Amino acid sequence: MSREELQAAITAALSDRAEPRGDEPGTALITFDEGGQFLNGNVARENIVPVMKKLRDELGFNYLFCLTCVDWKTHFTMMYHLRNLDTRDELVIKSKIEDVNNPAIDTVSNLWQTANFHEREVYDLFGVKFYNHPDLRRIFLDEQWPGYPLRKNYEDPNMIEL
Amino acid sequence: MEIDKKKMGDPFPGTVDPTADGGILVTKLDDAINWARANSLWPLVFGTSCCAIEMMSAASAKHDWSRFGFEVARATPRQADLIIVAGTIVMKMAPVLKRLYDQMADPKYVIAMGACTISGGPFFYNTYSVVKGVDHVIPVDVYIPGCPPRPEALLHAMITLQEKIKNEPYFRKPKTVV
Repeated sequence: MSREELQAAITAALSDRAEPRGDEPGTALITFDEGGQFLNGNVARENIVPVMKKLRDELGFNYLFCLTCVDWKTHFTMMYHLRNLDTRDELVIKSKIEDVNNPAIDTVSNLWQTANFHEREVYDLFGVKFYNHPDLRRIFLDEQWPGYPLRKNYEDPNMIEL
Repeated sequence: MEIDKKKMGDPFPGTVDPTADGGILVTKLDDAINWARANSLWPLVFGTSCCAIEMMSAASAKHDWSRFGFEVARATPRQADLIIVAGTIVMKMAPVLKRLYDQMADPKYVIAMGACTISGGPFFYNTYSVVKGVDHVIPVDVYIPGCPPRPEALLHAMITLQEKIKNEPYFRKPKTVV
């Protein structure tokens, strides 16, 4: 499928049963960005689980090959890289988290098992909380580790100021 | 690498005076014990990154550290008397390394191999997770610079350590305090 066809298919799949929660009526569940290697879709934080469930069940995105987070200082962006192993279509879903002091989003670990460890890593290094995660604790660092090292405002007394 | 035969000393530090039914050995106890200790150093099997590959190379046939008495690498600290810290030590590994060192019997020696071990490394030293030099955790006897050092450099460091051992007063050696 070409990028345009994929975008049309996703828009069609997400619009016929659109149930915006908390969004203004008429707002699409997903909007697309131009450019980049992948087709980029933006999804509101509140809609991430229903949208992801439809992408997996109806569009066949059965493989989550990357889950990470970006700290933009003013907000966080969750990144989900999806692949359809049958058609080899690839798709990136982004979701903005506005609250930089207490970032949180619903888990997708019940849709893709691999998200369990990926979300633990994001929790460990960015401090994003995942609602309904089965086992949300640090994966690399000690339980007592202060702060979240990959945040832009992380301060480490041992690090040398350049 | 050139080895100074005079510097390395005699094969055995002492003289053997032949007698009718054998011989009389004249030596200093310090020298005799150190001669034995220096030529049978047992390294701990310990490597945390790419320097460990060079360490394995030094152990294998081409460089063959058994020539200098290092062949008995032990997988337990209780039987080892040398740690070659080969690779980056991260904050999470530091207490483990300290514990391994504490479990070794005195006298014990440490070789810091490579830039990561000496100072945190050329790449990742200014990170929340990397210890900036293993001497923050355990005392070091010999440092080898390099990234990674070649096996010849490791052999040179090991021979340097042997010279250090041969020259230390065994019976007056202060206990290692950390």
